[in-house]
Amino acid sequence: MTQKLPHKDAVIIGLGWTGSILAHELTDAGLDVVAIERGPWRDTGTDFSIAYAQDELRYRIQHELFLRPAQITVTFRNNARQTALPVRTWGAFMLGNGAGGAGVHWNAETWRFLPTDFVLRTHLTQRYGANSLPSDMTIQDWGVTYDELEPHYDAFEYLCGTSGQAGNLKGTIQQGGNPFEGPRSRPYPTPPLKQGYGHALFAEAAVQLGYKPFPQPAGNLSQPYTNPLGVTLGQCTYCGYCEWFGCANYSKSSPQTTILPVLVRKSNFEARTECEVTRVNLDNTGKRATGVTYVNAAGGEFEQPADLVILCGFQLFNVQLLLLSGIGQKYDPNSRQGQIGRNFTHQTLSTALGFFDKDKYNFNPFVSAGAIGMCIDEFNGDNFDHGPLGFVGGGYLGQVQTNGRPIETTAVPPGTPAWGAKWKQALRDNYLSTINAGGGVHASFYAYRDVYMDLDPTYKDRFGRPLVRLTIDFHDNELKMSAWLTDKYAEIMTRMGAKQVVKHPRKGPYDVTQYQTSHLCGGAIMGDNPGNSALNKYLQSWDVPNLFVQGASAFPQNAGYNPTGTVGALAFWSAAAIRSQYLKNPGPLVHA
Amino acid sequence: MALALSAGAARGAIVKGGLPWKPGAADPPTAAVGEGWRYFTPQEGALVEAFVDRLIPPDQLSPGGKDCGCAIFIDRQLAGPQGRFEGYYMSGPFQKGTKQQGPQSPMTPAQHYRKGLAAFDAACRSKFSGKSFTQLSGDEKDQAIKGIEDGSLKLENLDGQDFFKLILKDTQNGFLADPIYGGNKDMASWKMIGFPGTHYDYRDWIDRHNQRVTLPTVAINTHPNWTS
Ligand SMILES: Cc1cc2nc3c(=O)[nH]c(=O)nc-3n(C[C@H](O)[C@H](O)[C@H](O)COP(=O)(O)OP(=O)(O)OC[C@H]3O[C@@H](n4cnc5c(N)ncnc54)[C@H](O)[C@@H]3O)c2cc1C
Repeated sequence: MTQKLPHKDAVIIGLGWTGSILAHELTDAGLDVVAIERGPWRDTGTDFSIAYAQDELRYRIQHELFLRPAQITVTFRNNARQTALPVRTWGAFMLGNGAGGAGVHWNAETWRFLPTDFVLRTHLTQRYGANSLPSDMTIQDWGVTYDELEPHYDAFEYLCGTSGQAGNLKGTIQQGGNPFEGPRSRPYPTPPLKQGYGHALFAEAAVQLGYKPFPQPAGNLSQPYTNPLGVTLGQCTYCGYCEWFGCANYSKSSPQTTILPVLVRKSNFEARTECEVTRVNLDNTGKRATGVTYVNAAGGEFEQPADLVILCGFQLFNVQLLLLSGIGQKYDPNSRQGQIGRNFTHQTLSTALGFFDKDKYNFNPFVSAGAIGMCIDEFNGDNFDHGPLGFVGGGYLGQVQTNGRPIETTAVPPGTPAWGAKWKQALRDNYLSTINAGGGVHASFYAYRDVYMDLDPTYKDRFGRPLVRLTIDFHDNELKMSAWLTDKYAEIMTRMGAKQVVKHPRKGPYDVTQYQTSHLCGGAIMGDNPGNSALNKYLQSWDVPNLFVQGASAFPQNAGYNPTGTVGALAFWSAAAIRSQYLKNPGPLVHA
Repeated sequence: MALALSAGAARGAIVKGGLPWKPGAADPPTAAVGEGWRYFTPQEGALVEAFVDRLIPPDQLSPGGKDCGCAIFIDRQLAGPQGRFEGYYMSGPFQKGTKQQGPQSPMTPAQHYRKGLAAFDAACRSKFSGKSFTQLSGDEKDQAIKGIEDGSLKLENLDGQDFFKLILKDTQNGFLADPIYGGNKDMASWKMIGFPGTHYDYRDWIDRHNQRVTLPTVAINTHPNWTS
């Protein structure tokens, strides 16, 4: 039997990056807030101890900090002619679970999108003509602009203490930064990280080729920093256990190191962990959320009533809860009607390995950090002329190698036997002298009519709810782009002095066993009217105005950067709209 | 100030008023300890030891897979949650899909080894006039392993190439993982490749480009400061 709990002003589903930001903002506004989180509580001192955090088998190979597919997973197919099958263990992407969400084990590469990314369709059709885009490409403008988001990018970076070098301060280009970035109102809160040998060599080669390399913006802090909430982060120690790991040094930006210590002390905040929300409840008009239903670890079912429901469960689970709760119209790829599940995207990742002369080069790959690296942005977004190229989109290129962990990062030259004495010799001869940046080319993934999410007809989670079904494949535009960008990347590697460069452009079909970032986007996108989007520009549901949906599910398509800078900016932007407009006058913030 | 982390009972584990931190609370790894097999039968154990010693042969670079503890590593993994695919989504229906859809077998790693080792040894016996894998010469062992690697040696009721991939991956994981899990004895692989292990502070080294790090090699339970 469902037990009905006392009413709250706001219920937040998921206490990851966006849930933490929204909980902080709404409790500051005086609301009584409860956050309901599927996974356990996680704390630096207890869970990420320096006595054992550096354990590749446990955290990288066996996924200890992540959601377990036994609890909930997704099904996958390349196209609608196939039968989707369940993802039984994670491969292509990883999912957070527990306080801090994926902010616990992200790298903290903290980027902004380009101003043109937010007006993508308008920009590309103006520059290249309306017929330049493939007819099944469904990219669109965001409904929010870079200039509107700038103060909120700034708020997220100052919350995190991001280490970097500004490239554009209020319109003035800065030496050593990214000259292509949109104008920023002030410098990064902390200076850039130091760089290892391989990273520095990449930058030298890039300069020789006429590019303008800059340090990757990092939430691994170059120096101690106290954020506006009064929480202090430590200095990164370049331990090389960052992505997939919790940080034992308090030096990686995460909800744990920036918000949670303050949030949990507020008398108007409560977190309930190991509780999974199973649906958002609606009243009989279907236009108002009355709260949520969740199940705790012991299997007890509870109803939490609230005036305001904020969905912060990460892209996949945001879309799943909308579909399961019957909010909005589900997308039909044939009629192109409906918004929920539409414009699902990921990231187009590729790389090239560089094998160097072991007697001349020692990169110490294990001396590294999750967001270290030197990058160039000449080939991102529309920073270059796509006219003659036959594709749109792009990405940043970088020597962003985060680690030298022996299981993951021992590359051997092609042709080496997979085992035996020759394999051992090749491991030894190449370990210290190889550049192996998993995501050297980090490129966009634009939206298509036939890449979408809906509910699986066969496979269920442990409560008997349908799993989300992903239908996704690469299109020619992205594959062409990947080949072209990977060539450019390989040229830099050759200029660095590699004796052998092995290119790995992205190839289709999309493979759910191959890791290609955890940057899933879309499915409940924002836009300027209910005919082209699930959410308005403030991330408010067009259908249920007391529901706000945070996270990358709102991205109409994915750009050539990591998403979380933009996810954080949108969270602050949405929170500001709730605080300054919605709470004074609850109702739609944009009239359709 | 109220500080609570109350498990399960009511609404969930409630965190309110402060961080639910307790002195001394931690979540250390489960070490592989003790002698003998936990999952393998003695015959299976002997076969796996012989197998891993060909995948990682002893030579001047390092001891072999057997002396590095790779078979113990696999045994302890199979006896634990990994051997049961704990955490995997294991609901049916199980259907064969495309390569891109990933593994879709209801067989757990523990079951896979049990079946695979028996089938592999039977295939060896029929190919090498009744001899078990452990009785073969080094070259013959390599031939048999290559046979399941390239698919030319067929196993009964089992895909030999899949089984080869499983045992190769597990052996290499054992060789390269922290010694706490039973393989990589004395950090043999880390010393071989030049990885100094589980240090947590390289601030002194980030600027020293192209210099060999001279720190001693350490592992989770061999930090010089913690254990004598
Ligand atoms: C390995 C890895 C590396 C990454 N590296 C980077 C990077 O370098 N740069 C970058 O920009 N991004 C990176 N990301 C992505 C980044 O972590 C996410 O963009 C970010 O955490 C998203 O924030 P969120 O609040 O939307 O989701 P999350 O932070 O994942 O939080 C969602 C929370 O909701 C909870 N939840 C979900 N469903 C329910 C439910 N039904 N009931 C209750 N709770 C629920 C989850 O348990 C989770 O804690 C990385 C991700 C991973 C996994």
